[in-house]
Amino acid sequence: MATIPLPPKAIDSYRPNLAGRHAAGRTWETIFLAATMVGILGLVLLMFNIVNNAFGIVAYADENDYSLFSPVPVEQLADSDLIVLLTNELSTGAINKLNTEKALDTRSRSELLSLVYERILERKVVASSTLDQALFARADFEAEALAKNEAAQFVFRSWLSPEFLTEPMSSQALFSGVRTAILGSLLLITLTIAIALPIGTAAAIYLQEYADKSLINQIIETNIYNLAGVPSIVYGMLGLAVFVRALEPLTSGAIFGNVDSNGRTVLSAAMTMALLVLPLIIVNAQEALKAVPDSLRQAAYGVGATRWQTIWHHVLPQAIPGILTGSILAVSRAIGETAPLIVVGASTFITADPTGPFSGFTALPIQIYNWTVQPQAEFHNLAGAAILVLLVLLLTLNASAIILRNRLSARRVL
Amino acid sequence: MSNSTLSTTSTMTDSTRLKPLSATTAVDTERTETAIEARHLNIFYGAFKAIHDVSMAVEARKITAIIGPSGCGKSTLLRAFNRMNDFVPTARVEGEISLHGHNLYAASVDPVEVRRRVGMVFQKPNPFPKSIYENIAWAARLNGYRGDMDRLVEDSLRSAALWDEVKDKLKQSGLSLSGGQQQRLCIARTIAIRPEIILMDEPCSALDPIATIKIEELMQELKKQYTIIIVTHNMQQAARVSDRTAMMMLTEDGKRSGTLIEFDDTNVIFTRPKDKRTEDYVSGRFG
Repeated sequence: MATIPLPPKAIDSYRPNLAGRHAAGRTWETIFLAATMVGILGLVLLMFNIVNNAFGIVAYADENDYSLFSPVPVEQLADSDLIVLLTNELSTGAINKLNTEKALDTRSRSELLSLVYERILERKVVASSTLDQALFARADFEAEALAKNEAAQFVFRSWLSPEFLTEPMSSQALFSGVRTAILGSLLLITLTIAIALPIGTAAAIYLQEYADKSLINQIIETNIYNLAGVPSIVYGMLGLAVFVRALEPLTSGAIFGNVDSNGRTVLSAAMTMALLVLPLIIVNAQEALKAVPDSLRQAAYGVGATRWQTIWHHVLPQAIPGILTGSILAVSRAIGETAPLIVVGASTFITADPTGPFSGFTALPIQIYNWTVQPQAEFHNLAGAAILVLLVLLLTLNASAIILRNRLSARRVL
Repeated sequence: MSNSTLSTTSTMTDSTRLKPLSATTAVDTERTETAIEARHLNIFYGAFKAIHDVSMAVEARKITAIIGPSGCGKSTLLRAFNRMNDFVPTARVEGEISLHGHNLYAASVDPVEVRRRVGMVFQKPNPFPKSIYENIAWAARLNGYRGDMDRLVEDSLRSAALWDEVKDKLKQSGLSLSGGQQQRLCIARTIAIRPEIILMDEPCSALDPIATIKIEELMQELKKQYTIIIVTHNMQQAARVSDRTAMMMLTEDGKRSGTLIEFDDTNVIFTRPKDKRTEDYVSGRFG
């Protein structure tokens, strides 16, 4: 850049060093950009890892030879023939059990086929690949699989599929789904928020609007901030001792006449989770209340409103979007928490949907954890698909909370 | 202090209002009637004494201006008249402020009742984030107003010289109005609950000159029925609008508390003040 000439004879005791100052600025800008890129790179790697697991080639083989059962290829059988085949080959008890879950004649063709594969042919995974193996090392993978079982057949499989969402868990990876886990997670989150949001908001209102700034209140407030950082496993142990054991009559539903349950219920888990997210909700709600301008409170007090009228009619409506933001954070935290659920006893294998607050349950993170620790590759594929489900669920819940928040903040202006 | 039935006529006659006001006669113009009175008022914020020994009797249906340099406690004094200082956790009040002989700071007095009877208009217009209609109706409703709400809203907006500007958009947000209109809405909101006294804390400092003139004209209308106490930094404004002027200044004992140094008719304060400091201040030599 050209230098603007100074007026003649000007005494110039400044050394602006513009070039150096701009250079320093550019250096910092580069550092900040690099930091952002590191973050983005981490995110990309994470997504790659998940997607890499959720898709791939699977090699499978049938334990039983289909030609022993019928001369017509199974795919060409009519639905009624599939039902006949199942009824003939499975025990009466097994058929009754299937019928109570969902009557056979109401099941779709793909569901019936799955049953035939699973129960009659006893189709099992021989080997399973990740997406990058499927794309770049397919020959090696196929050779390895054939070495294990020469009857192996290969198919490219998206582990994330409609059946994956609608099927309950199964010990056979090919037929396993996450329905029970999704329902468990949703029930858990609903109960958690139902418990934590009112309590947290009420506590925040007390601390922000009513409590004086005495030493005790300040200590309480500081400790709430600290509680937000306590490791979740600690809450799990607390939940086990208090909700699962000490309060078992309540959490198992025994006092409501529920007999077939122990304290390891959705309710226990939700109470534990509520404790876990409570500090988060209180802190955020307090911030939201703090952000309501004092001029609004004064306006209300100035026309003879009581403290509660001021809070209820003016402060809370203004703070609700902020409080909802806090609950979004709480949902995000609670839906991904695994450790406390393991401690309070979420089931790792359960095929029955949760029916209410007093039923045993599993949740998506538990399911993911459980599949990840299995040695077989196909369970890692399932874990990848389940993580995608969890992420989508999380984004959906957050998006709905954000939409609700925006609706409310648009309305409050009028 | 019984609740009076609110007048629903647009002229807002005083006949149904609180006893002490209706007891006065229009003929007796010489005898001044005290609306609210501070006696030996001291206000502390923690250990800091913000107001030192203020005694002043505010006359009914007049405009009393409180002037003085920044930080001399004008707003603190004003807020003492309707107990808005209660919300400052460390604030403490000694002495008394009496309304019809009742000390507002007596233990038996409910500050919520005080604020209804002594209304306040703030420095920055602060309408509720609700519709123009609701801005007025809300306060009336929560104070138990049982009359015709539409009528009250219209009367209040007319009294605040705002009706013609907003009558077609009562459902719009109060925040959609201009600054001056918002301030008049706040005044309308205040008079809707029929206070006896209206406190105004620099009501025009956030407004342009035209909006300021409107508010000042409105104050002249309002003083026919209400006692107004206004804090202002603008000496011309104090001279223009007020009947009585209170001059505040920091004490010279090193504690920097605010105190009342002179309180008289406005024309006395601005033309022949007794105190040298007042003279310096109003003539622009100080402050």
